[in-house]
Amino acid sequence: MKKIVVLAKQVPDTANITGKAMKDDGTINRAVLPAIFNPEDLNALEMALEIKDKIDAEVHVITMGPPRAIDILKHALYMGADKAALITDRKFAAADTLATSYSLSGAIEKIGDVDLVLAGRQAIDGDTAQVGPQVADKIGFNQITYVSKLQEITDDYIIVQRDGETQTEVIKSKFPVLLTVTDEANNPRYSNCLNMLKFFKSNIPSAFSDDERKIAEENGWVIPSYDLESLELDAEKCGLNGSPTKVHKIKSITLTGGNLEMYDNQHTGIHKLIDDIKKDYIEVD
Amino acid sequence: MQTIVYIEKNPITNKSRFVSLELAYKAYTLMQPSKGEVVGVFVGDSLPEDTDDLFKNGLDRLIYYTDDNLKNLQSIAYKNIIEQIIKSEEPDIVLFGATHNGRDIAPLIASSLRTGLTADCTQLYIDDLIYRKENKGQSLFQVRPAFGGNILATIVTPDNRPMMASVREGVMTLPEKKLNKPVKLEKANVDFNKEWIKNDFLSIIPKIKHVNFDTSDIIVAGGAGVGSKETFNLLHQIAKSLGGEVGSSRAAVDFGFSEKVRQIGQTGSIVRPKLYIACGISGQIQHRAGMEESKKIIAINNDKDAPIFGIAHKGIIGDLNEILPVMLHYLREEE
Ligand SMILES: Cc1cc2nc3c(=O)[nH]c(=O)nc-3n(C[C@H](O)[C@H](O)[C@H](O)COP(=O)(O)OP(=O)(O)OC[C@H]3O[C@@H](n4cnc5c(N)ncnc54)[C@H](O)[C@@H]3O)c2cc1C
Ligand SMILES: Nc1ncnc2c1ncn2[C@@H]1O[C@H](COP(=O)(O)O)[C@@H](O)[C@H]1O
Repeated sequence: MKKIVVLAKQVPDTANITGKAMKDDGTINRAVLPAIFNPEDLNALEMALEIKDKIDAEVHVITMGPPRAIDILKHALYMGADKAALITDRKFAAADTLATSYSLSGAIEKIGDVDLVLAGRQAIDGDTAQVGPQVADKIGFNQITYVSKLQEITDDYIIVQRDGETQTEVIKSKFPVLLTVTDEANNPRYSNCLNMLKFFKSNIPSAFSDDERKIAEENGWVIPSYDLESLELDAEKCGLNGSPTKVHKIKSITLTGGNLEMYDNQHTGIHKLIDDIKKDYIEVD
Repeated sequence: MQTIVYIEKNPITNKSRFVSLELAYKAYTLMQPSKGEVVGVFVGDSLPEDTDDLFKNGLDRLIYYTDDNLKNLQSIAYKNIIEQIIKSEEPDIVLFGATHNGRDIAPLIASSLRTGLTADCTQLYIDDLIYRKENKGQSLFQVRPAFGGNILATIVTPDNRPMMASVREGVMTLPEKKLNKPVKLEKANVDFNKEWIKNDFLSIIPKIKHVNFDTSDIIVAGGAGVGSKETFNLLHQIAKSLGGEVGSSRAAVDFGFSEKVRQIGQTGSIVRPKLYIACGISGQIQHRAGMEESKKIIAINNDKDAPIFGIAHKGIIGDLNEILPVMLHYLREEE
């Protein structure tokens, strides 16, 4: 059996930032932004589920974030993941990619005997594309980034397509290996109704009262949550402490309009525009 | 001070990638005040054909390691080799092109060296850094867009060395006048173990469509507002008569009007032509991230409040279906 771990992040929906999301000081008010499953992490999860459809495999999904990130773990269970875990601790806050990958690798080691780790290529809040490779380094896995297609998987190896800039590469690797997956790889499936019925009450242990917890455990509703201590991590390497990069200053972007010269949309205006373009950019012999 | 620049080769032309030349020059300007050294590092099967060009753009030395097994990206091997070079040179700064391969190995190296790496910087400068009331001395200030491009963050690495950053192609500029520096090549003195070769390249399929934005002075770009593949064809004809290249927004790619290789913006190419004509593009921040450095921007859009007019120099408000054929008519008209 292959043990697969999918790294998923809950992110603010940066594609839909409106004026309301900006605070007076020009910074972004994360609290009012809808939180979504990072798009390419859905592609990573879909790839894991496709592998499970083909060979004997177990799919674990982990996320590091505040308790509300439980939403994407439930979504992963609805789609068909076998297990989910939340990694949460105040001491993990303000982590850069190095500190994030350290905490995530602790969780992967806790799961143990993992053959394949799948991450999204990048998260839309930071777009760094660094956490996947940095996890690979920390757990000592080989890696293939920008995976745009799963071609073949057997017990011994995996063959994928990698999207290079000038070429598509077909690469075979043994296990263990970490892949970062792009949005070209597949179309993530929808939630499965039966799974939704089964897991809609799922939550972290602390969300259940003592009485409820027994029932929740019997029904498989408990999503384990790990903190710094239970992962036996070094506090110096987590969160802000463990982050070599620091934010020095933040500026929100405002449009600085130049001198906009308008042309009318009739023949005269268009003619003049073309003449101006010809005059400025096309050399006349 | 010393800056290391990771040098990449374009497998199709066998020459240095543009971003490597751009970074060589950026590193040169960063090192000028302190008279610091700029060192290139190359790993692959053979050196790029035009190594002298790297020196004309600012390198002082090029350290290379070549082996037939390193023709294609071998993340673990590349990382181990570059890391050894960094450890022996002890640079203050290491710069990578934010290419697919650069973004593959830079994070591995930063993780292994336990230092900071700032992705996709749009500006880099050196200044004295006061962090928590402590003077950290001359440091690299790394400016990058974040939050889907809605904010610009300046990132610093106060306590760890080297300070690492990646920069996308087209963001930094080349020198107006080439520099006059001697070619100095140096074979890296590092260990190499065949066990680091973990990826078996079964085949390599060159991408057929290769759009070259670098050499185009004029880019005619279309967005969702173009409305159909047929109308998009008019843009190709207009670009052809102007001797330019066609670009597009992501929405135009999603609608199937244009190909992914033509996408301009945060997740596409970054361009800075002399003239950028944006047709039916609203000018969302992710698109602007790829084109707002263009020298002149012309916007054609039927919505007078479209954000693209906020950065445009010339504009027409109106329906593209009517405007494009007229543009083509006047373009083809003999003087
Ligand atoms: C993580 C992330 C990365 C992204 N990366 C990119 C990227 O790299 N590049 C990119 O472009 N986008 C990117 N996007 C998407 C971006 O947010 C916008 O959705 C996209 O740029 C919109 O494209 P558009 O302007 O063509 O479409 P729209 O926003 O739909 O604008 C269409 C415009 O056409 C005008 N119009 C409509 N009909 C006509 C007509 N008949 N005549 C004239 N004008 C007309 C409309 O007024 C409107 O202004 C990204 C988004 C995310 C979340
Ligand atoms: N907090 C997190 N929890 C789980 N996975 C993460 C987290 N941050 C990043 N990742 C994974 O790393 C990928 C790249 O993230 P980034 O480096 O932030 O662009 C994401 O697509 C996720 O798969």
